[in-house]
Amino acid sequence: MQNKMKILTAGDSSILIQFGNTIDPAINRKITATVQLMREQHINGVTDVIPAFCSLLINYDPRVISYEQIKRRMEGLLKIDVAAGDTRKRVFEIPVCYGGEFGPDIQNIADHAGLSVEEVIQIHTSRDYLIYMLGFLPGFTYLGGLDERIHTPRLANPRIRIPAGSVGIGGSQTGIYPMDSPGGWQLMGQTPVKTYDPERKVPILVEAGDYIRFVPIDLEEYHRIKALVDQNEYQCVVREEG
Amino acid sequence: MGIRILKAGMLTTVQDLGRTGYQSQGFSVAGVMDVRSFKIANLLLDNPENEAVLEFTLMGPTLEFTSETIIAITGGDFQPTINGNPAPMYTAIYMNRGDVLKFSSARTGSRGYIAFSCYLDIPVVMGSRCTNLKSKIGGLKGRKLMDGDYIGFRIKRRYLPFFLSRTLDLDEFDQEEATVRVVMGPQDKMFSKQGIETFLNSEYTVTSDFDRMGCRMEGPYIARKENADMISDGIAFGSIQVPAHGKPIVLLADRQTTGGYPKIATVASVDIPKIVQRKTDHKVRFQAITVQEAQKLYLEEEKELLAMRSQIHTPCKEVLECRLVAKRLTKLLTLANETQQ
Repeated sequence: MQNKMKILTAGDSSILIQFGNTIDPAINRKITATVQLMREQHINGVTDVIPAFCSLLINYDPRVISYEQIKRRMEGLLKIDVAAGDTRKRVFEIPVCYGGEFGPDIQNIADHAGLSVEEVIQIHTSRDYLIYMLGFLPGFTYLGGLDERIHTPRLANPRIRIPAGSVGIGGSQTGIYPMDSPGGWQLMGQTPVKTYDPERKVPILVEAGDYIRFVPIDLEEYHRIKALVDQNEYQCVVREEG
Repeated sequence: MGIRILKAGMLTTVQDLGRTGYQSQGFSVAGVMDVRSFKIANLLLDNPENEAVLEFTLMGPTLEFTSETIIAITGGDFQPTINGNPAPMYTAIYMNRGDVLKFSSARTGSRGYIAFSCYLDIPVVMGSRCTNLKSKIGGLKGRKLMDGDYIGFRIKRRYLPFFLSRTLDLDEFDQEEATVRVVMGPQDKMFSKQGIETFLNSEYTVTSDFDRMGCRMEGPYIARKENADMISDGIAFGSIQVPAHGKPIVLLADRQTTGGYPKIATVASVDIPKIVQRKTDHKVRFQAITVQEAQKLYLEEEKELLAMRSQIHTPCKEVLECRLVAKRLTKLLTLANETQQ
């Protein structure tokens, strides 16, 4: 993996570290670990980082650190085998009320897969999804590992407004809409949990490198949790593994 | 104590250098489009480098001052007037209570800035006062200003030393053609040799598809290599992405944090103002420079700003002449006194 890494220029105030050219949990883990290491080492002049599927963009202030300096610094840092042996895993359990008015497209997904709605829900909630990156919208998660059986093409006509909390499938991806937004994903349900809340001390719940597990709930449970969320009294279940 | 927005103009927002540190969570940086004009506006008032200003676009706002403050106007020429009389730009101006500052359409450039010595009373959200229109946070209620809005001031700061010296040369934005320097990459390797040559040797025209997110250009097709698929990655301020249609899009302040189109080059920081001050149908040519050259230009601009800072802290010619006259008079008077005795 090491020799595939490349440091590319992205203007005079950013560099892009390319860790590979595939969407691979091992590569992504290395990126998460590198970001962690950068935070611990606090490199002077670094203003922001954008971890993605298999790359890391680093913004820096050229008044503080030059291109050569940051390149050298990162080359040194990348030699540390940060990800080795680290199998810790943080899983956020996201309760989802599937079907009904929250999931108008769940029958589409089932029909496309040749499965029953129950089977679709069972498949969707049976594994932990790695958060490869956040982007597009605040708190929008790019999740990996959706079961191929329920891959479903996007809607031919995107919706003008998808409510915050909607959970859906777009092609080979699944995820949660963090805020009201236009979109073309097939909607299968809705979570009462706010994955993005600008009023909260920590506006975004999850980070790249964490996992999400969807947990099916009924409408009654949805409203119970929603009431707690509205009073800022709901705590997402977080499992720490490894 | 503050300003009332009588007319908001086309797109007037509260901005600073942007909300950094949250891009990994999907938050765009936002912030001012023309960093240089922003810095000069604050500099003229000895404001902190990152103090919030108003940024306006193509059609400027009309503001009524409900208390005294000192302001500085920079960026494109929106033909500002105060109570109907032309107002100077790149100059500290004392505003009285009841004064009406009016901007028209942009004669030159496309974005203007006003800084205030009494600082806009806008809450800091996640480390910044800037407006992020897409996430609806920061600035005034996360949105652009509207007719009738009111923004207060945070402090009373109505005195600045060397007041008469606080005037600088205007930046010119009236050229309809610009050469914009770029650093190639990060994905220049995904373009064919011919594609790169086209990009660097052609004239591109700014289209009307130009907002705070990006500036789409029209011009010769930039060819990619075959099988040039890429996986989404982070985007820098000034990244030039080239989607399958082969036309460049320069990504600006409100850019998405990540994107899946290859980026052929990134505009040098010092030349981003040249892009953001363009208008529809203006022409742009791209010229490749090295990252070292781009950083050198960046540091030179910093030096230039420092020189401006010291210039406005030096007594101006008029004051110096007065002092000289006073000195001579004192001498004469002393002499006269002595002769009498």
